[in-house]
Amino acid sequence: MNLALPVLVPVLPALGAAATLATGKKAPGLARPLAIVPVAVSAVLALVVALQLGTGQTLDAATRLTPTGGPDITLALHLDGFSSLISVLVGLVATCVQVYSTAYLKQDPRYPSYAALVSLFTAAMFLVVYSGDLIVLLVGWEVMGLCSYFLIGHHWESADARSASLKAFLVTKLGDVPFLFGIFLLGADAGSFRITDVLAAAGEGKLGHPTLIALLLLAGVAGKSAQFPLHTWLPDAMAGPTPVSALIHAATMVAAGIYLVARLMPVFLLSGAALVVLAVMAAVTMIGSALCALAQDDLKRVLAYSTVGQLGYMAGALASGDREASVFHLVSHGAFKALLFLAAGVVIHAAHTNSISAMSRIPGLRKRVPDAYWTMGIALIALIGLPPFSGFFSKEAVLTAAEHAAKGEALTNGLGPASAVPQAAGWIVLISAALTALLTAAYATRLFLVAFHSPAGAAAAAPQVLPAADRATVVADHEADAPYSPELDEADPGSTEPPAMRWPLWVLAVPTMGFGIAGLRSDWLPALLDGGSLRPTGVTAVTGTGLAVVGVLAAYGAWRSATARLGTGRPAPAAAGRVPGQAGAPAAEVIVADPGRTLLGPLFGPARHGFGVDRLYQALFVRPVVAAARLVRFLDREVVEGYVQGSGIGANLLGRAVRLAQTGNAQTYLSALLAAVVLLAVLVAV
Amino acid sequence: MHLAYPVVLAALLFSVGVYGVLARRNAVLVLMSVELMLNAVNLNLVAFDAWLRDSLHAGQALTLFTITVAAAEIGLGLAIVLLLFRARGTADIDRATALGDPAESLAAEETPTGAEALKGQAAA
Repeated sequence: MNLALPVLVPVLPALGAAATLATGKKAPGLARPLAIVPVAVSAVLALVVALQLGTGQTLDAATRLTPTGGPDITLALHLDGFSSLISVLVGLVATCVQVYSTAYLKQDPRYPSYAALVSLFTAAMFLVVYSGDLIVLLVGWEVMGLCSYFLIGHHWESADARSASLKAFLVTKLGDVPFLFGIFLLGADAGSFRITDVLAAAGEGKLGHPTLIALLLLAGVAGKSAQFPLHTWLPDAMAGPTPVSALIHAATMVAAGIYLVARLMPVFLLSGAALVVLAVMAAVTMIGSALCALAQDDLKRVLAYSTVGQLGYMAGALASGDREASVFHLVSHGAFKALLFLAAGVVIHAAHTNSISAMSRIPGLRKRVPDAYWTMGIALIALIGLPPFSGFFSKEAVLTAAEHAAKGEALTNGLGPASAVPQAAGWIVLISAALTALLTAAYATRLFLVAFHSPAGAAAAAPQVLPAADRATVVADHEADAPYSPELDEADPGSTEPPAMRWPLWVLAVPTMGFGIAGLRSDWLPALLDGGSLRPTGVTAVTGTGLAVVGVLAAYGAWRSATARLGTGRPAPAAAGRVPGQAGAPAAEVIVADPGRTLLGPLFGPARHGFGVDRLYQALFVRPVVAAARLVRFLDREVVEGYVQGSGIGANLLGRAVRLAQTGNAQTYLSALLAAVVLLAVLVAV
Repeated sequence: MHLAYPVVLAALLFSVGVYGVLARRNAVLVLMSVELMLNAVNLNLVAFDAWLRDSLHAGQALTLFTITVAAAEIGLGLAIVLLLFRARGTADIDRATALGDPAESLAAEETPTGAEALKGQAAA
């Protein structure tokens, strides 16, 4: 194959980014074509590369970048089924997002820099996917983190966006430091940073510290892919523009951690302990985030917690030793979650609020955004995992992998012995994934029903239903105690669904509906990957679908009963049992029939605030750091600066004393000179 | 002749010169005292040259140099004194202290710099 094609894929968006930045001020008209064309061409090239490569082939090319004395750093390219599949996904989503952004950020004065950063991000993601060298991969990895930081802080006028971008940067860096050490250790043990060499060394058992390496790498993966201890940045990152959330915080960047583990799967298979840690991490992430998603009021935060949970699924599949299922879920999730975010962007523009309870009070919202309504429904069904949409197949693949791992016959597809995966990891993943399937169905249903099907919103006579006193609360944007990541909204409400925002939705809806079929036959998608089966198996398919249906029905039932209570004017019991201090507020909250409140009961409050993880980190890390910073400031101001100023003041005083001697009388000087000469002469003589 | 006579004479001459330089107030007399000191040195050079019987007569040669340099120096010095007198109307060396850094000007000049320093501290 011509090497220029795969090289051009990451280079083109990077050049596009540079060109957009250079011409953004002088020729704003060029910004849109410069944003879309390179990314679109890259997407097409990625597809061409994938088609030329074909199934079951790999391509490696490398040129030495720099001699280091130790293992060399090479500019290496590694193409296989995984990288070509994910690069096609990245290209597709990035193109959709760039097209969508032209309409979404139409009035934004900083559109050129935004588009340039999205292009740069796309280039970095392509680099990560195509790179065959761990250090080069790390470069792309960090550039992505940087772009994520800038794009979350795109609306830097608001304090939320500023603090969210800082938080995202710091938390992911917290994971990246051990990650860097993991790469160094891996390179030192394997004698090379080339991924192919590393995998060969892992196969021959040359790695000295597999568990340590795997755990260090997992820290970086947890940071980037928002897994349990380091997941807190992702919900706050929703302060960025919605298309950015779709691209970076749903489809691509957060999946990079999963992709990395998939690429280095043989290394992880060497360490059962690391797999169990990964399984526990995935399980806690999945269940916790699903509970949180059920209680959120901010539409984008629901989706963010959902992303965290779905990444947990992928991590769970990896912990079960089946990277094929993980990447399958990665790709199908990338498509449907990007679609969900883009549709959410349309809805947020139309409703001028992120809050689903506020949306529920807007009459006829779903008629104003029909395309977003339908595509969001499609994507939510895929998220729930009902056949025949893509989410069903990929989720079943994960469940199947976990089931096999629990039985001790993990689907490692020849990367390692099946016994390399501890059965405990399989059980942990299987149980938590089944539970999460239930919860996912519940929160997806809740989201859809509350946002679009609320009786207040459906009935045109809503204002008459509400007493005058309550109408004031309708204006209130969102529930007072709910965490909220608003985004500055400068959209023109008159045109809520311009074509540039509508078409990307339907383009993404196609893989959302159809991609799952690709896993059915072993010579389709599995042939591109490791060659294992991705077919749903009977038991898990029935269990998973059954649990999802139960979740949907439970949420629907809770919603119906909450709506009925609302109709009779009786306050919901959970709401009535709230803190007495907020006695004035329940009137506003009862208006919204929120099934989450009924389903979660006493868990609702903690779940809404992410189970206090943020507060815990605040107490554990933020406060000590702030106190230490204050101490450093004190030491600097009072001690170090005291010495600096003291030396200045001392020299000044000394100078003043010396000045007194300078009278201007030459004879005095000479007298002093003579006296000194005599003194010296006497000293020398004696 | 014993070496002591010219050396003692030179020491006396030099001491008179030092006294003149340090104590006389008239600039012309100060210059003359400088000449006295130079001549004391010359006398020493000649005396030691003779006493050491130097075949090259380096002492005498150096004396000729010193006389030349002293002539040039006195020429310059007197010109400066003349200019000083024209500008100030006096050749009193005690009153030619314009290059000094007197205490009273020190206090006057100190206040603005002090204020600036305060301002700098406030900004910091």
